[in-house]
Amino acid sequence: MSDNKLISDGVNVKSHRLSKKEIENNFSDLHAPLSAVEALIESDRCYFCYDAPCTKACPSDIDVPGFIQSIRSDNLTGAAEKILSENIFGGMCARDCPTEELCEQACVRNDNEEKPVEIGLLQRYATDSVLSSGVKLFSRKKETGKSIAVVGAGPAGISCAHRLAVLGHKITVYDAQDKPGGLNEYGIAAYKSTNDFAQQELQYILDIGGITIKTGMKLGNQINLEDLQEQYDAVFLGCGLGTVNQLNLDNENVSGVIDAVEYIENLRQIDSKDELMVGKNIVVVGGGMTAIDIAVQSKLLGAEQVTIAYRRGKNIMAASEYEQLLAKKHDVQIQYNVSPKRLLSENSHVTAMEFDVMQSQGDGGLKASGESITLKADVVFKAIGQKLVTEGLNSLEIIKGRIVVDENRKTSLTKVWAGGDCILDGNNLTVSAVQDGKLAAISINETLTQGV
Amino acid sequence: MADLSSNFLGIKSPNPFWLASAPPTDKAYNVNRAFEAGWGGVSWKTLGEDPHIVNVNGPRYTSMMSNDRRVIGFNNIELITDRPFKVNLKEMRQVKRDWPDRALVASVMFPMNEESWAKHIPIIEDTGVDGFELNFGCPHGMSERGMGAAVGQVPEYIKQATEWCKKYATVPVIVKLTPNITDVLYPAEACLEGGADAVSLINTINSIMRVDYDTLTMFPTTGNMGTHGGYCGEAVKPIALNMVAEIARNEKTKNLPISGIGGVTTWKDAVDFIALGASNVQVCTAAMVYGFKIVEDMKTGLSNFLDEKGMTSVDELIGKAVPSVTDWKFLNLNHVDKAVIDQDKCIKCGRCYIACEDASHQAIEYTNNNDDRVFTVNDDECVGCNLCVSVCPIVDCMSMVAMTSGTDPRTGKKISSEVADWTTHANNPLKVS
Repeated sequence: MSDNKLISDGVNVKSHRLSKKEIENNFSDLHAPLSAVEALIESDRCYFCYDAPCTKACPSDIDVPGFIQSIRSDNLTGAAEKILSENIFGGMCARDCPTEELCEQACVRNDNEEKPVEIGLLQRYATDSVLSSGVKLFSRKKETGKSIAVVGAGPAGISCAHRLAVLGHKITVYDAQDKPGGLNEYGIAAYKSTNDFAQQELQYILDIGGITIKTGMKLGNQINLEDLQEQYDAVFLGCGLGTVNQLNLDNENVSGVIDAVEYIENLRQIDSKDELMVGKNIVVVGGGMTAIDIAVQSKLLGAEQVTIAYRRGKNIMAASEYEQLLAKKHDVQIQYNVSPKRLLSENSHVTAMEFDVMQSQGDGGLKASGESITLKADVVFKAIGQKLVTEGLNSLEIIKGRIVVDENRKTSLTKVWAGGDCILDGNNLTVSAVQDGKLAAISINETLTQGV
Repeated sequence: MADLSSNFLGIKSPNPFWLASAPPTDKAYNVNRAFEAGWGGVSWKTLGEDPHIVNVNGPRYTSMMSNDRRVIGFNNIELITDRPFKVNLKEMRQVKRDWPDRALVASVMFPMNEESWAKHIPIIEDTGVDGFELNFGCPHGMSERGMGAAVGQVPEYIKQATEWCKKYATVPVIVKLTPNITDVLYPAEACLEGGADAVSLINTINSIMRVDYDTLTMFPTTGNMGTHGGYCGEAVKPIALNMVAEIARNEKTKNLPISGIGGVTTWKDAVDFIALGASNVQVCTAAMVYGFKIVEDMKTGLSNFLDEKGMTSVDELIGKAVPSVTDWKFLNLNHVDKAVIDQDKCIKCGRCYIACEDASHQAIEYTNNNDDRVFTVNDDECVGCNLCVSVCPIVDCMSMVAMTSGTDPRTGKKISSEVADWTTHANNPLKVS
């Protein structure tokens, strides 16, 4: 586990760049929750569309007009039930879904007034209501006597476990970390999941019963796939991507060049964020959500100059336009079309990073233009993607470093299903991981109860 | 600028917006404020016999609200004035003296005996009021004592009381009608027979607003019991408009002047009432919800509207729409409308589709090719019912367009320019041949 000395003291690298209070303020909710009156007014804006485009755009099939109608009528339990019956992590998804690319992008109000219904905030309003009241929406069916192992206590694994628990099965969830929650606990930007929300939500989900969590259990170390297949009636792998991609540059191991994912884990777990070591000039290499998250959070921790360096153009960037705007709003610079060339250092600490300026080719490829730029950096964050740890998974069909599954999230092995970031064509969204877990659970249940 | 000045039964006011007899006209303090704000006239809070009545010391009003807490409908159980007769008279006299250009009408409610009318009417008239309005409408409290709606529901009583008032009054007498009846023409004709100079309508509608979801008692209550009240506000306007139009197009009552009441909130509502036969309008709920300032927009809105229509006075608008109101049996059954969707304006919400599919004639078709949603009208099934237009959230996106030639694909019948209504229809057993 990382600590707050992830970056050693160096020129321009220090903690307490901002006061504790400033940092607390900076890391408060990105979007303030709706008040009751705001929610009622916003719910009135929903047209209750037929075959609603927002629902079609939701990777977890939430009946959006249905739950909004229930908010309109002050039936918050009914609203939450509509959401959580399709997506048990409806609370977290309301916070971290890129709604601007999913449900809200599909809202028909965009056509007429370019202002979609605030579906994400309404979903949060409804789910927060039952989470805080603790109303139980689900109960378990009669025990089936079947037991299932779930690897990974992230959104995919817990979604699968919850659905299986509802169906009457017994589940053991193994997780490598100290705490369950996966990326909800360790990865989501802090301002999207305030007040220990990930654990609160998890607790609500686990209250269903029938789920045992075992932490500190890593696939390939304390547990292995062969044993799990023997001991359980079915196995679900929701193990995520255990390692990060490297730049493969000389000097990559000098102080100050670090994995964004690891730093964010630390940021999410540390008690006082003002203790974190923060650079003055920061370069973030990458173009996805992690790049945006680390860049914005660095700014909120007090970094002066933060630049995201991305190989390709704005439109190809994996981070949505909305997220790019969010970064710019926080004074993060985004440098497009630059490819890492060289890390410069002094006294074993990074001082700058040089990039080739790229030109895109007609075939989608990139070519160095011959020009280069150098960005001053006392910290370089690597946010260039993560990789599946394939050790111990050799018996599975793996393509492009991801586990191959069918539409029911079943792998090439008879008793093994998988979902979340670790599967081929997974799209790295919490909501998709939740859907994977749900679909796998339905398929596992069908398989285990066949002929019963 | 169009002239907004109004002459109703010889009662002059600078504009046709009067405050109805109700809480906003309870006393000089309110009425002075109303006149300062620009209201054309008031019907003073209803006077009755001494000893004056008393009100409950709990909720008198409740509203029905939209989610953004706009008042849609409003209910009250307040009775007539709860102040001594003399106090009201003194204040009315002073107000009329201070505001000679504004209309001041005395709303009155007396029991069904001539002595009471003989005793009170002359004293009231002596204050200088411009007219009387007989409150035969209050549906709560007073009706239990044989007054208000209890009179307004019996044409013979209306006629009798109107005659008494006319006998002792020299100024015009307006009779205010209750909507809590089956056919407004009976009371309206009774007014005419009793010698009324005009009618005003509607008073409020019997109503219970809702229950309390915690206690499962009616809501609101006084202590733990409640009673029905009178419903008013925007929600009641269509009911009022129908009754106004019925009187305005009825052979016997068509020349009986009407003061329109019921949910007037904006100038458009006033246009509705006036075009359907009212000469002026009276307002209560809008003033109770928004205060007297609301009249400013009513005045400029109506004036601008008249200008746009090329009308120079409110009088030109009176009754304009009345000829368009008829009985169902005279509607042209040869007329054929079909729904049309303006695809450029359509936002693809599908409300027209699901409404037609579930509740009408399955005349809207839906295709979805890779999220390209298209809604189209199938003329073979469209009966022209207007449900789709009624639920479409986009202005001017859906409309009904009349077929003027060719054949209706639904019925296979040729479109005819001849008018044919139910009275001559083959299926009508009572048809006239």
